[in-house]
Formats: sequence, C-alpha cells, structure tokens
Amino acid sequence: MAKYKMHLLVCGGTACHASESERLLDTLKTIIADKGLDSEVQVIATGCFGFCEKGPIVKVMPDNTFYTQVTPDDAREIIEEHIIKGRKVNRLLYLNPESKEHVSDSKHMGFYKKQLRIALRNCGFIDPENIDEYISRDGYEALAKCLTEMTPQQVIELMKKSGLRGRGGGGFPTGLKWEITSKSVSDIKYVVCNADEGDPGAFMDRSILEGDPHSVIEAMAICGYCIGASNGLVYIRAEYPLAIDRLKIAIKQAREYGLLGNGILGTGFNFDIELRYGAGAFVCGEETALIHSMEGKRGEPTMKPPFPSVSGYFEKPTNVNNVETFANVPVIINKGAEWYSAIGSEKSKGTKVFALAGKINNVGLIEVPMGTTLREVIYEIGGGIRNGKKFKAVQTGGPSGGCLTEKHLDTPIDYDNLIASGSMMGSGGMIVMDEDDCMVSVAKFYLEFTVEESCGKCTPCRIGNKRLHEILDKLTKGNGTMEDIDRLKNLSKVIKDTALCGLGQTSPNPVLSTIDNFLDEYVEHVTEKKCRAGQCKALMQYTIIPDNCVGCTACARNCPVNAISGERKGIHTINQEVCIKCGACLEKCKFNAVVIK
Amino acid sequence: MTQVKSLADLRRIKENLQGKMSLRENSNNPESLVQIRVAMATCGIASGAKQVMEFFIEELDKRNIQAVVTQTGCMGYCFAEPTVEITLPGQAPVVYGYVDINKADSIIEKYIKNGELVDGIIPVNYETIQK
Ligand SMILES: Cc1cc2nc3c(=O)[nH]c(=O)nc-3n(C[C@H](O)[C@H](O)[C@H](O)COP(=O)(O)O)c2cc1C
Ligand code: SF4
Repeated sequence: MAKYKMHLLVCGGTACHASESERLLDTLKTIIADKGLDSEVQVIATGCFGFCEKGPIVKVMPDNTFYTQVTPDDAREIIEEHIIKGRKVNRLLYLNPESKEHVSDSKHMGFYKKQLRIALRNCGFIDPENIDEYISRDGYEALAKCLTEMTPQQVIELMKKSGLRGRGGGGFPTGLKWEITSKSVSDIKYVVCNADEGDPGAFMDRSILEGDPHSVIEAMAICGYCIGASNGLVYIRAEYPLAIDRLKIAIKQAREYGLLGNGILGTGFNFDIELRYGAGAFVCGEETALIHSMEGKRGEPTMKPPFPSVSGYFEKPTNVNNVETFANVPVIINKGAEWYSAIGSEKSKGTKVFALAGKINNVGLIEVPMGTTLREVIYEIGGGIRNGKKFKAVQTGGPSGGCLTEKHLDTPIDYDNLIASGSMMGSGGMIVMDEDDCMVSVAKFYLEFTVEESCGKCTPCRIGNKRLHEILDKLTKGNGTMEDIDRLKNLSKVIKDTALCGLGQTSPNPVLSTIDNFLDEYVEHVTEKKCRAGQCKALMQYTIIPDNCVGCTACARNCPVNAISGERKGIHTINQEVCIKCGACLEKCKFNAVVIK
Repeated sequence: MTQVKSLADLRRIKENLQGKMSLRENSNNPESLVQIRVAMATCGIASGAKQVMEFFIEELDKRNIQAVVTQTGCMGYCFAEPTVEITLPGQAPVVYGYVDINKADSIIEKYIKNGELVDGIIPVNYETIQK
C-alpha cells in the first residue's frame, strides 16, 4: 500500500463541529476521491486546535499550512490549488491582526498557542525515571552555575529580580523569602518542599513530581545553597504513590551522580533530601501545620510570626516553597531574570499552571503566562463548555477562593486581579460551572469541605463554618429566610477577621463571592423556593401532565417508594409527600408526561 | 555509576545524550527509529496507559518494527487519556488521544507501518521553552 504524501487535518472539536466541520470533512474526502488522490492524500478529523474563534480549521501537513474559517465551499479550491498545484490559498490563511499579513505556517503564528510551558517544560517530554534525559535538557546546569560561578547572595538577587512569586497560594516573592531565611542565623537550616496539594480538583504539583521530579530536586539544592541549608525535606501526601515513587527514584539517581550528598559537583556544598509523608489533611498544606506534622505533632497551625523562615522545623529557620515554585527556579537561573520577568503581567511574572476541571471540554493541565484572560483559558484552551451549555462561573483558589463570572471573562488572570475580583489564585485549581450548577449548592459544597478539614483549634473556624454550612443547607432545603442571607454575610466577615490560620480566614470566600455575584439565586431559594439549576432536590417537584399521560403505568411500576397512583389507562398522579425525588419516573416515561417544576 | 564532578562532566553527559534526544526532538535521520512516548502520570495510568505501553512494546517486537517505547509525564490532555505521542523518522510528532488496545493496534498497522493517520489526533496546544 502506498504511503500518504499529504495529510489534511480538519478540526473536529465541538466548536468547529458547530460550524460545519463535518460537512467540510466529507466534502474534502469526496473531492479527493473524485480526483483519484485518495491513495496519496489523507483527510482526518482531529481534536480541538484551541482556535475555535476562527474555526473550522484545516491544517495541511507536512508543510504546516494553517487555514482558518474554511467552509465546505472552500474545499475544492484548497485541493485544486494547494494539493494539486502546490500554491497556497492566500485568502484562507490566518491573518495576523497586527501586521495584517497572512501567516501560512502555524509555527509562526506567535500567539496562536496560548500556552507556554515553563514549570511543565519537561512534563510529557522526558522519561521522569531517567536522570540523563533531565540532564540533556539543561538539567542540573543551573545548580552547577550557582555553585561554581555565583555567590548565594547573587543567586538571591537574581531570584528577586525575576519577580517569581510563590505558587502555593500566597504569592509571596520567592527571592525575598530566600533572603529572609538566609539572614536567619543558625547552625542548621531546612529547605522544605510543600507537596501537600489539598485543594479539591487540583493536580498541578502531582503532575510536576510525576513528570519532572529532578527539576524540584535541583531547585531545592539551589535554595539550600542560597540560605545555607544542607537538609531538604519534601512533605508529600501518601495518596500520591506514583509521585512518591518517581521522587525516590530521582533522589537515588541524583545521589549516585553526586548531585545530592557531600561535596556536590566538586565543591564544598552538601545537600540531601528526605521525604515526609502527610496523611492528606488540607490544613497540613498550611506551612506551620505542615511543619508540626513533620515534627510528629498534630497537624495544627500556630500563630505567625514567627515565620518558618525564622523559626520552623524544630525551631530552626525553614524555607517552605511550593512544588511549582521550585520547578520554575532552574529555568530562571539558566535563562536569566530579564527573560523571566518579560513574561507575564506587571506584578505577576512568569506562567501559572492550572488544573482545568468541571464542565469544560478539554479537562487537563494547562500552563499560561500570567495575564492571560479567563476567556482565553476557557474557550480557546479549554475548548468551551461541555455539551454546548452556557458558561456560568469558574471557581479559582478552591475552597479558599471565589467564583468569577461572565463579567470577569476578560480580566487578565494574575494574583492581584483575582483578589480584586473577589477570588484568589490559590494553588491553581479551576473548576468551570455551567447553567446546571446551583451556586448555593456550590457554596455549600466548599463549606462541607472546610468543615471537614478544619483542624478545630480555633472557635471561629470550628464553629463558625459549621453554622455557615447549616444555614446554606437550610437554604437548599427551601427553609431559608432573607435574614439567613444577611446572617451568612455577617458571620463570614467575623470568621475572616478572627480565624487563626489561612484556612479559616479564607473559608467564607466561596459564600461571600456567590452571594456577591448570584444574590438573585439566593433570593429565589428563599422567596420562590426555587432552584433554577434544578440541583436542590428538596425544591424540585416531579409532576405528571394529565394531557400527556396515557396511563401506561411505567412510572408507577418503577417508583421505588410507591408514590405514584393511577389506574391502567387512567391519568397518574405523584404524591409529593411520599416522593423522594429520585427521578425514576422521568426517566421511564416515554410520553414526556413527567416534568420537573 | 560515575559521579558528576563539574559543569564539564555535566555537559559531557548532555552531549552523549544529545544524539538520542535530538532524534527524539527533531528526527531528521531517515534511518532512525520510531519513537513512542506514553504519558504515564496518574491520569494516564488510571485510564489504562500501562496496558497500552505493554501492548506497544510486545506487539512492535512481534511485528518486527524497530521502535523505542518510553514513558513520560502528563502531557496535559487529561480529558483524552491515555495519550501517546508517536514520532516517525523525519516527521513531526503526532499525539493520539483515547488510545486503548484497539486504537494502539490500528496506530501500529496504519500509522506506523503506512504513515496513514488514525482518528483521534490531538493538536499540540502549547509551546515549551526548549525546542
Ligand atoms: C489551608 C491552607 C492550605 C495550604 N495548602 C497548600 C498546599 O497544598 N501546597 C502549597 O504549596 N501551599 C499551601 N498553602 C500555602 C503554604 O502555607 C505556604 O504559603 C506555601 O507553601 C509557601 O510556598 P510558596 O511561597 O512557594 O507558595 C496552604 C495554605 C493554607 C492556609
Ligand atoms: S482557622 Fe481553622 S484550620 Fe486554621 S487553626 Fe483555626 S480551626 Fe484550625
């Protein structure tokens, strides 16, 4: 069989599908067959190109020509001109909006790819269990450079200049943190990597450790050199067995190469790393609780100051950084502070990894420059909302963050803008919600999580969150009053102001931001006893439309609690007192007689 | 294993590997092998990447095709796991999503043997700092 010489890739993503990509695909295939080219040219549907705005897309390989907004009527021209005569169809090429020039080659469409992988540079590229592959991608070169060519203070200056801020949630400048720890005087100091990642729906840190563990090891050693520490600890949750395995292999290989241990790279610098396992408590991601947990104590936070940089693990100065923060470090050293600080927005430099989840087409791990808008993330990278539904909100910052809505779609994502919009960056979880999500239930879900995860040390968080949850529960059951909404707001403010640690201080955020953005939905739950998303079961009523009911008895036979009565061939009715709202009748009725009100 | 004692040692390892890696990065060498990378992070393994990787290793061997099968981390397309990246000699890498045993079989038979693309290609939607 002859090998294909050319391929036409047609975007089959949902958005392009909506704009006739299927008919385009068929037309291309038919014409190619007509011309007898089907043994040389293959037409194939692909996943989303992330360029839905300009769909449908056709990409010609091997010359990488990228055609946009191609209609079925354009198929013949592409084939006759490009495929047969080798002349590109200029009219359909991507038009650079700035230079007004046609760009023919997808590699030169600078901004076509919205994602830039820095922290994830090696994920999905190298074999994480092979140190040589890491080295071949400039691995450990930054460490060598620091140890042999730079003083700790120079490295710290470089980190400060780069503008890197902590990716664990707080956004504290990393270089500054290193400087503070380096200035703390002590015989022993520690470098701690926070790999607790307790935010529901987040898996950025796990993916980095699974895909590129050496980048974290190298960065920890660099940090050790800067602050004067020779002990590193990775606090990782025991629920991440694969990440733990890969880290162990990586540490072992680094030791064998003499990149960890005594006299690293022929210098006098000693550094080694051990693992500490967490039991998967959200509060143990908070740095003081994390340190107590490592000391073998209860995982409870303590007051700051003193900050860990001054007094941490066994009262020694301890520099705690997040996994993703560390993963950025070697690149910054290799490529320089200017290079790094040119990426991102004014006060937030570099990129951020997000775990895209929820009602979005392309669930996955993405990395975008700071300052990318939500719209770009959701529609261009995420491929839009699943099943063509309407976007409602996106929760960033997990249980500590808030929701962003339609009006925030064009806000550039960075630390400060997110806070100004009533949410926060958090560690990078991004949960997308559509019209079927009830915002009161969303708030309740997060409160359920915080109530469960609160360590119980301080009253506002232990009792306050419980009360918040109770009120939300009342609302979703249709028993709420307008005073309850005010009570939620007041209580939230008190908890924020008085809780001891970040968990309690941020736990009311989902409540406040859903009230801010979706007050009408809260009010509906109270005054109309209605949940527009149809998620609050207690507020739903299954009823039978007499006109549609033919008396087939299918519903009555399938109702698990015998709530439906009626004669065969007669009209059936549902007894609301008995109904448990399981929806079995709706599913079984073939005559659209059962409806939800 | 030898110890790395200096930046020069490090560079040497890197150069030794450059051959192997560049083959993976921009294989222009017509005699070089087929490169297969299976995304084996938690998301991939949970959706069966391990079985797919074993299938590739065994079947390519049985069908007498010279290929290197390696594992790697998460490519980011978690919605389409297991994902597999195939690089034919002299060609740009192609990523396939939702690769089960059947799909793996048709990838071998159609794409690897005949250069015929198989449905389910995922366009690479990001740029990495190193080429
Ligand atoms: C309740 C709570 C949970 C946290 N969970 C994490 C976590 O899972 N991972 C993390 O890196 N930081 C977490 N943090 C932030 C840490 O306390 C700390 O600020 C961070 O590890 C510092 O690293 P960075 O400067 O590199 O961000 C959490 C904070 C709070 C208050
Ligand atoms: S705010 Fe909550 S988690 Fe934090 S110390 Fe108080 S009770 Fe514990």
